[in-house]
Amino acid sequence: MAGNNGVPTPEAQMQIDSVGLSFGGVRALSGISFNVYPGTIQAIIGPNGAGKTSLLNCISGLYKPQQGQIRFEGRNLIGLAPHEIARLGVARSFQNIELFRHMTVVENLMLGRHVHMRGGVISGGLYWGAGKREEIVHREFVEQVIDLLEIQDIRKKTVGSLSYGLQKRVELGRALAMDPRLLLLDEPMAGMNSEEKEDMARFILDISEEQRTTIVLIEHDMGVVMDISDNVAVLEFGQLIAYGSPDEVKAHPDVIAAYLGHQHAAH
Amino acid sequence: MEKFIQLTLSGVANGAIFSLVALGFVLIYKSSDVINFAQGELLMIGAYLTYMTVQQFGLFWPIGVVVAVILAAVVGALIESLVLRPLIGEPAISVIMVTIGLSSLLRGIVGAIWGVTPLPAPQFLPRDPVKILGASVGLDKLLAIGLALLLFGLLTLFFRRSNEGIAMRAVADDQQAALSMGISIKRIWAVAWAIAAVTAAVGGILLMSIFGGVSGTIGRVGLLVFPVVILGGLDSIPGAIIGGLIIGLLQAFAGGYLPPELGLGEVVPYVVLILILLVRPYGLFGQTRIERV
Repeated sequence: MAGNNGVPTPEAQMQIDSVGLSFGGVRALSGISFNVYPGTIQAIIGPNGAGKTSLLNCISGLYKPQQGQIRFEGRNLIGLAPHEIARLGVARSFQNIELFRHMTVVENLMLGRHVHMRGGVISGGLYWGAGKREEIVHREFVEQVIDLLEIQDIRKKTVGSLSYGLQKRVELGRALAMDPRLLLLDEPMAGMNSEEKEDMARFILDISEEQRTTIVLIEHDMGVVMDISDNVAVLEFGQLIAYGSPDEVKAHPDVIAAYLGHQHAAH
Repeated sequence: MEKFIQLTLSGVANGAIFSLVALGFVLIYKSSDVINFAQGELLMIGAYLTYMTVQQFGLFWPIGVVVAVILAAVVGALIESLVLRPLIGEPAISVIMVTIGLSSLLRGIVGAIWGVTPLPAPQFLPRDPVKILGASVGLDKLLAIGLALLLFGLLTLFFRRSNEGIAMRAVADDQQAALSMGISIKRIWAVAWAIAAVTAAVGGILLMSIFGGVSGTIGRVGLLVFPVVILGGLDSIPGAIIGGLIIGLLQAFAGGYLPPELGLGEVVPYVVLILILLVRPYGLFGQTRIERV
């Protein structure tokens, strides 16, 4: 989909344009530019501390980069508050699970519908009229997400009591419940066993294929990344050192150097 | 037996008022981690605003009370946006000091507007004695219990059903996640302060009507919030309600059964405070926090 070789380039859904971010004197990101195309799975890889999560936080509004622009469907995201970006259709999951631990799975997913709800205190409070109809519509959407992620049997469980792998799945579900146009996943498979990883990879592919949701994915498991992504951006020390299809990136000398060390790259 | 019933009912009535005030405190603490030392002053403002609308402006009392409660909500939201919002990201101790300063400031403002001498206030709740199981209790106390229960019910519905209420629970649970769900945390904090001001104001209005007067000392009830929330658990809304009732009852029984010259009714809540801190510092319903130091 990247289309470098004379193939007409599709319209980018998100343009990351010379983004620079510093914390005091530490430069976390410098001059990052690449495009994310609609309906693709865009991976961001790189060694620890390369700035992957910082970049994701810039997109979702938790960090404010000092330089550059991030344009999502034509609109600059930089300067918007995180909740405003969420309302534009950008959902995310976190590297360290951030769920509403005291609520049930269904309640967590229903909170994902928050951006689409408009019911007032009265009708929602009395569960009556428009408030009731609205609740039913959202509940149906949530049930579809539950089916997609195969979490039917835990829907009434309190999230804090679930296993790590299931919590990760619920967090993905909550992001999906927002019906996002862009889904940001920060290490969705970290700490999982190989079976759980396979499931998660399958869910991500399902989401991409069935809903055509654009996905930006940070992941350390190279096998998974190379299997499922359409495009890969490689960061090292806050800079973009390579961008392209998985095969292009795998063959790139700087990437090999970053992952295996410079002596190997010399060959 | 008569005395027991009488003490129980007046204990529950006072306790219900404590619960209302404590509820606002817990709400602010849960949603923003701010310990609000000005909760008693919010109660005082509610009482004085009602004095203003009913006594000074001469509004029919139900209308006057509603107007005063709405004004109290505005005051609460204004305090959040003018005083607390600029403090986001500051250390907890600074925020606590600011709420202590805020309590002095509010007392000063009220003193400047209405003076520092006690003012006679309308006792709009009917006070006719009611016989219950042989004991005689003022109707105003029963109404206070009823009104507090009604407010608890409404707030429960608000938290369970309304978008704002559910968003508030989400913010209390995980702020980062709430942000990424499209919830504006600043807005939720403003709503939390407005509700805290409303529950405290209702408490103040009930106390004013029961006392038949209002003065700056009415805000001292705010101090009782601490035994209540420490007993119930700082972050538990049911804890605030049950804690308030227990403290109210203990106060009534200690004052009624123990020799009055000892004045133990005043002291008992703080004895409970110390005991709970020694035995179960997170309170009856609070979340146990394990911190590694």
